[in-house]
Amino acid sequence: MSRSYDRALTVFSPDGHLFQVEYALEAVRRGTCAVGVRGSSCVVLGVEKKSTLQLQDPRTVRKVAMLDDHVCVAFAGLTADGRILIDKARVECQSHRLTVEDPVSIEYITKHIAGIQQKYTQSGGVRPFGISTLVVGFDPNDKIPKLYQTEPSGIYSAWKACSIGRASKTVREFLEKNYTENLERDDSIKLTVKSLLEVVQTGAKNIEISVMESYGVITHLEQSEIEKIVATIESEKEAEAEKKRQRLAATQAGQASMAMGSQAVSGTQTPSAGGAAGEGEGHATVPGGESGVQ
Amino acid sequence: MECSFGLTGKDYVLLCSDMSAGRSIIRMKSDENKIKTLGPHLAMAYGGEPGDTNNFAEYVERNMRLYHIRNHYPLLPESASAWIRRTLAESIRSRKPYSVNLLLAGYDTTTTKPHLYWIDYLGTKAVVPYAAHGMGVYVSLSTMDKWWFNDMNKREGVDVLKKCIDEVKKRITVHFNFNCILIDKDGIHHIDIESEDPITELESQQPKETLVDAPNPPLDIGNVGVTA
Repeated sequence: MSRSYDRALTVFSPDGHLFQVEYALEAVRRGTCAVGVRGSSCVVLGVEKKSTLQLQDPRTVRKVAMLDDHVCVAFAGLTADGRILIDKARVECQSHRLTVEDPVSIEYITKHIAGIQQKYTQSGGVRPFGISTLVVGFDPNDKIPKLYQTEPSGIYSAWKACSIGRASKTVREFLEKNYTENLERDDSIKLTVKSLLEVVQTGAKNIEISVMESYGVITHLEQSEIEKIVATIESEKEAEAEKKRQRLAATQAGQASMAMGSQAVSGTQTPSAGGAAGEGEGHATVPGGESGVQ
Repeated sequence: MECSFGLTGKDYVLLCSDMSAGRSIIRMKSDENKIKTLGPHLAMAYGGEPGDTNNFAEYVERNMRLYHIRNHYPLLPESASAWIRRTLAESIRSRKPYSVNLLLAGYDTTTTKPHLYWIDYLGTKAVVPYAAHGMGVYVSLSTMDKWWFNDMNKREGVDVLKKCIDEVKKRITVHFNFNCILIDKDGIHHIDIESEDPITELESQQPKETLVDAPNPPLDIGNVGVTA
């Protein structure tokens, strides 16, 4: 049966699947969420951060890593695999500088990472990397922000806004609905935080935001700044909900008054029927009153 | 035909190298930079077989950078000198050894102490308060012996360096142009050793402009600062 096709990685199942690669994708789906958003002149990385234990040093738990001065990467999936892949990529960044005296372009390093990931789906005695990555940065001598995604299978692609990890589909749909071209810095950050809040229930304390504004200029937002953004988003949501409530109340009131009007009209026309309706209402209130007492 | 000096002071270290490139008695270039910045507070002046020198310097530079990115902190001068010495020691036992001599100068931001190391192609390392490589050895060591003393301030250090350079000009028939840097707590600064009072010039400059060819913007991830 199909069980025997996931023993050795390099063996296809008859219907053309590599099960181990698909399991790796499942590992990614169980990892914490990461979001990348490309603005007009900046690119934002947001990650869902697992809350560290009380006695743990939070500085040692990182999900966003610099590969070089101008390349930043976030990943979702098995953290240990991520560490290895990031290290390989860092070595390649410096090696590239040493051999051609130029920093890597974002596409080059993405292709390299994806290449490593692919190699681990086609070699003996290994298993695939259980991580997807988001690679962001600026090419040397260029002002256009870049955002790429890689997968365990070795696929890589460029995006305007992208999410990986837990509930990435929900977040992606959210981004598809809310992304607009040429976002300013603050708007990009806000969109990133907003999209992360779709899956992160605990709010600001479990969100980490990094913003790259140009070649080598990267800022990691402070907790207080993120809290402020979350607060504005929440107040906006509240205002939106309030408006909705009012609208709903208004329409309900309109409907009620309309119903009342029709009742009054029907009452005048057929008094007996109106009385019956009144009795019915009286009965309906009785159980409610009883439950209130209990 | 090369010449480099280094000397430590109270809270800084000076590094000075000639700028000539050529073969045998022929000079092909007199503005070659033979000092490589290896980090925010680390630099080396190198000489030896042309080609080897550049290759080795770049190899060291990239490895120092890799260490910095991997660990979020640059390698301290002490550890860097050990790594470089070991690399050269392994190299000389290989099929194709690097023939590079160097002076490694650094400022340890954790202890606020200056460091100077004399390293040669055999894999010898010496921790020294002042040192020279190349032609300058013959004439400048005695000068430094006489004029160097502990905890010199920047002006006194530059004066000793100037004396060494004067000595080289007086005693050695080859003409050299010199390139000089100073490393202190603020990083690496260019110094115009030919000018009357380089330290006043240095102090009058904006701190940002003095950074040597800004090799890499300092990495600063999260709240873990790079510099002390």
